[in-house]
Amino acid sequence: MSAHAGGYSADPRIRWIESLPWIVAIAAFFALPEYLSLGARILIYILYALSLDLIVGYAGIITLGHSAYFGLGAYVAGILAAKAGIGDPMVQLAAAAAAGALLGISTGAIILRTRALTLLMLTLAITSVLLEIANKATALTGGADGLSGVVVAPVLGLFKFDIFGKTAYLYCLLVLLLGWWLVRKLIYSPFGTSLTGVRENSLRMHAIGAPVYWRLVLVYTLSATIAGVAGGLITQTNQFVGLNVLSFESAGELLVMLILGGVGRIYGAFVGPVVYLIAQDLLAKQFPEYWYFGIGTMLVLVVMFARGGILGILDGMLANLRRKP
Amino acid sequence: MSAAVLETRGLCKSFGALTVADNIAFRLEAGARHALIGPNGAGKTTFVNMLTGVLPPSSGHIVLSGEDITAMGQAKRVKRGLGRTFQINALFRRLSVLDNVALAVAERRGVAQRMLQAASAHGDVRDESMELLATLGLAEDASIRILDLPYGKQRLVEIAIALGLKPSVLLLDEPAAGVPSLESHRILRVLDRLPEHIAILIIEHDMDLVFRFAQRITVLVQGEVLVEGRPEEIAKDRRVHQVYLGEQHV
Repeated sequence: MSAHAGGYSADPRIRWIESLPWIVAIAAFFALPEYLSLGARILIYILYALSLDLIVGYAGIITLGHSAYFGLGAYVAGILAAKAGIGDPMVQLAAAAAAGALLGISTGAIILRTRALTLLMLTLAITSVLLEIANKATALTGGADGLSGVVVAPVLGLFKFDIFGKTAYLYCLLVLLLGWWLVRKLIYSPFGTSLTGVRENSLRMHAIGAPVYWRLVLVYTLSATIAGVAGGLITQTNQFVGLNVLSFESAGELLVMLILGGVGRIYGAFVGPVVYLIAQDLLAKQFPEYWYFGIGTMLVLVVMFARGGILGILDGMLANLRRKP
Repeated sequence: MSAAVLETRGLCKSFGALTVADNIAFRLEAGARHALIGPNGAGKTTFVNMLTGVLPPSSGHIVLSGEDITAMGQAKRVKRGLGRTFQINALFRRLSVLDNVALAVAERRGVAQRMLQAASAHGDVRDESMELLATLGLAEDASIRILDLPYGKQRLVEIAIALGLKPSVLLLDEPAAGVPSLESHRILRVLDRLPEHIAILIIEHDMDLVFRFAQRITVLVQGEVLVEGRPEEIAKDRRVHQVYLGEQHV
């Protein structure tokens, strides 16, 4: 799966190979029923990574604070369920999306006036401030103990969240499908092409009359909205919210996943979380104290030898095969 | 004197104690072929950056088609017909030649912010971009990434992007900079064929190109207008010789 870039001559039709992740996801549902909880977590992180890819890979906005929007979505869904007695998962997701969007536009409007290191530090500051608010507002968030008592009603009043994680898995898969469709549509649209233009050369985008700042605020808000939805999903599937959803580590971990998969490729956001979370699961079982060493080694190898991530390696191999007679 | 499409009045720019533009009064008439020359550090690029809104002037006014645009942002100036090229290529290096031009055309047509339809569904943008590339002799290179394009052609893409905005005023900042002399003739040919209604201000060090292209020349020295006139007047001007060649050669 090569890099997905829009453009005025790009064919936006879905290629057969793009059905592969969905086939694998459905096959996993039937073949690995004991891993559905991990599967749902992976699907959520794919959605979360997609939202990050939109701003990092396509718009060129660097961030270490994407967990702010994910965490806010998680807490909003959790507080609605545990404190306000609103159990409908769709309402919870809509509220998580709205909260992500609201925080995205209000913070984006401020921080996107800056660039480079200043921007990076501001994104970090936003998630740190939110983390501290969540830590102190114990009555609402449970503070360091986390928010428990999250009750999620059956999806559409029909499908109850079961202990085996079947409903959660399929529910997350459907939401991911919707998120992927939206992101893909954006990337192939004129808006997506103009974002690539901003990433490639913002000086020139200004010189062709593009409202660069507003485009960035808009994509940042869309990305925050999707991250908010992913946060809502993590609450619904875990039925618990811990402070870690807002942590800098969570945002950093997500960036590592995206880099592993390949930035600015849509499907890098699929491959990265799959590899990262499965490796984490396996390594944590084998080496409980040193599991992060394995992840670190993978990241070092990718950064040194495969700047395009795992998908970049595959791209290179395919290109070599095509060149050979 | 015909109407000025672009005019500056008392334009000044200082960085602390350093004055890089000093009371510049300049007129660019509709359809003009005007050159701005001067030695290195004369303030030519600063002047262009003020015209396009990259740098705010310290004082003075910029008027475009009768409207004071001094406080206006870059994007709004472009929408009002002010296009530019850059001295050092400012292209979308990893995008195709076609997309480089299409981005500008899409902005002008007001479709660049659309999200629901694929970019490739906007056949009008693609067709116009291809047409423009064809007029500049770049049609065959449409699908090539800028990274893989020879430098001389990259300079032409710079011009193509600016033309995609259908400007009434086009500021060309050293369009032949870094291009071997053989290829600079190609650029000159393109410049000669530019639509007559576009007022062009060219900033260039290549005197051969300037004197072949321009109908009027303004000489800028240390941020001030030294002299303005027809090419033959400038060629004879003693002060210009002094600036370019030094006292002993005059």
